[in-house]
Amino acid sequence: MTNEEIKTKVLAALAAVAPELEPGTLAPGANLRDELDIDSMDALNFLVGLSKAFGIDIPEADYRKLSTLDAIVGYVAARVGKR
Amino acid sequence: MEAIPKPREALRVPPNLADYAAVRAGFSWEGARAELDGLPGGRGLNIAHEAVDRHAGGALADKVAIRWLGKAGAAQDYSFARLAAESNRFANALRALGVGAGDRVFALTGRIPQLYFAALGAWKNRSVFCTLFSAFGPEPIRMRMALGDAAVLITTEALYRRKVAQIRAALPMLRHVLVVREGGELPEGAHDFDALLAGQSDAFEIPPTDPEDMALLHFTSGTTGTPKGAVHVHQAVVAHHATGKLALDLHADDVFWCTADPGWVTGTSYGIIAPLSLGVTSIVDEADFDAERWYEILAREQVSVWYTAPTAIRMMMKSGTELARSRPVPRLRFLASVGEPLNPEAVRWGVEAFGLPFHDNWWQTETGGIMVANFAAMEIRPGSMGKPLPGIEAAVVRQEKDGTVTLIEDPDSEGELALKRGWPSMFRGYLGQPERYAKCFAGDWYLTGDLAKRDADGYLWFVGRKDDVIKTSGHLIGPFEVESVLMEHPAVAEAGVIGKPDPVAMEVVKAFVSLRAGHEPSEALAREIMAHARKRLGAVVAPKEIAFSPSLPKTRSGKIMRRLLKARELGLPEGDTSTLESG
Repeated sequence: MTNEEIKTKVLAALAAVAPELEPGTLAPGANLRDELDIDSMDALNFLVGLSKAFGIDIPEADYRKLSTLDAIVGYVAARVGKR
Repeated sequence: MEAIPKPREALRVPPNLADYAAVRAGFSWEGARAELDGLPGGRGLNIAHEAVDRHAGGALADKVAIRWLGKAGAAQDYSFARLAAESNRFANALRALGVGAGDRVFALTGRIPQLYFAALGAWKNRSVFCTLFSAFGPEPIRMRMALGDAAVLITTEALYRRKVAQIRAALPMLRHVLVVREGGELPEGAHDFDALLAGQSDAFEIPPTDPEDMALLHFTSGTTGTPKGAVHVHQAVVAHHATGKLALDLHADDVFWCTADPGWVTGTSYGIIAPLSLGVTSIVDEADFDAERWYEILAREQVSVWYTAPTAIRMMMKSGTELARSRPVPRLRFLASVGEPLNPEAVRWGVEAFGLPFHDNWWQTETGGIMVANFAAMEIRPGSMGKPLPGIEAAVVRQEKDGTVTLIEDPDSEGELALKRGWPSMFRGYLGQPERYAKCFAGDWYLTGDLAKRDADGYLWFVGRKDDVIKTSGHLIGPFEVESVLMEHPAVAEAGVIGKPDPVAMEVVKAFVSLRAGHEPSEALAREIMAHARKRLGAVVAPKEIAFSPSLPKTRSGKIMRRLLKARELGLPEGDTSTLESG
């Protein structure tokens, strides 16, 4: 899976919890919680959605690493590649 | 039911309330008031004097009052003397802007130091301080500022751009906007908060303040109608001080961390006023919940008393006991929780993770301070909210058809939790809505709207809400406010909003909508409606789930029956539907 494909699926998972998001406006390095006004329940639902979308298990200890779009794409790429 | 005993030898410091019955018998609010100083020269009672000025002028001047932890890792200490000086500057700034006694000063910010200067400075100027949760969307912000007659708003560049700019024209009463700069442009027609304060003197004498002067406005939600602005007065500080000592067991050398945001009442009463009035050092963390970050803070800052919320505790449980145990917290000695009933598993998880149980307590925006608590020296019955504070008389009551109440004396019988009026932090009104205020009382009893029961030993147990208000992540959400915004969407004909039970948040907001002719249910439409609601209401208020329904159950008078929607959602019997009209 290419990084672009990963990014598309990540944005789809994000749109499922925060459909008001306009993907074009999101800077790849911006902190998602700050930029998107998502609350802690949304953040949790998003990560659950991510693990379903990619069929990977995301341990909760890794949640704090996943604060930006870039970080998430990098994390997923590494995890999907390892399978 | 398994209780958690509290052998005296296991307590690290002698508790402020060692013997519940004895302290209760000897307690009076006059006595609690006598522990405060009052304004010099008998000029009355002002929260800010008790919280900072009296310490700034004494032995605690250089003690750390607030240790602020920035999102990005910065830390900054503010002594009592510094807080007194900064809040004096803010009070002088308000005066220079022509903002006076009784004027409403609103804050819409994250947990930044300027918020604390503003709160204290507003009280010094005898203005009324009102915080708004920064995760609210533009509509809840506009509504509350309009209802509260906001004269001043303090906010940040980003929040102004995202939430205030679009509603400013709809707020003609708003005279001044003070913006905390974040490196960008100052919005047109706004003052630069820091620059404004820099130009002010750091000396200010608090004018005479009547203990009954309005100090705080906190909005809360009802089932119907607009949000309600609960009014609190300066002498509420008597209750904040006393309950901080008795229920949270705060001692002079504690490091206290209240994780609540000042946008909600807990973050003001116990995130600002109580610890400061007791001369205790507080931690303020700017960042949002993150289990690992929290454990680091508990360990590094040597937190000794920690006041947090069930949703956060349940999220920590999900991230595992091992992670919680990874950092030693030898100074931690007392854990408390508020916001919604703490389930027994979570009470016990505290013991597993930190060697200490969580102490649940109960209160509301209207009560201003903790009313019922599990105390350090008292056996915990996991799942119970504990016993009434000294000075607080609580009862389980049944309201009769004529409006009077009957006390329910039988143990374990359900009824409405009621409190005998007269404690200092009791709300003095709902701003501009005297009839709604009057409806909360039956004679001398304040009716809380919460259903509870009392066991044979006097422990109180939360049962549920009497009305349709939704409890999510410790916040009350009024279904009407959500339904109104959903119905703005062109495809929506009707909306009914309920709290759907959730293992982490207690309830999540779920909306049932019926569509106007010409619109068909689809995943895309559900998302579009949700996007609309989130943009207008913000993530904390907007529904997390939307379901389409061809029609919604209504009473003959046309009111949507939320209870029936909830019964259907839960697969429960629908009960008496004789007043129901399908269609």
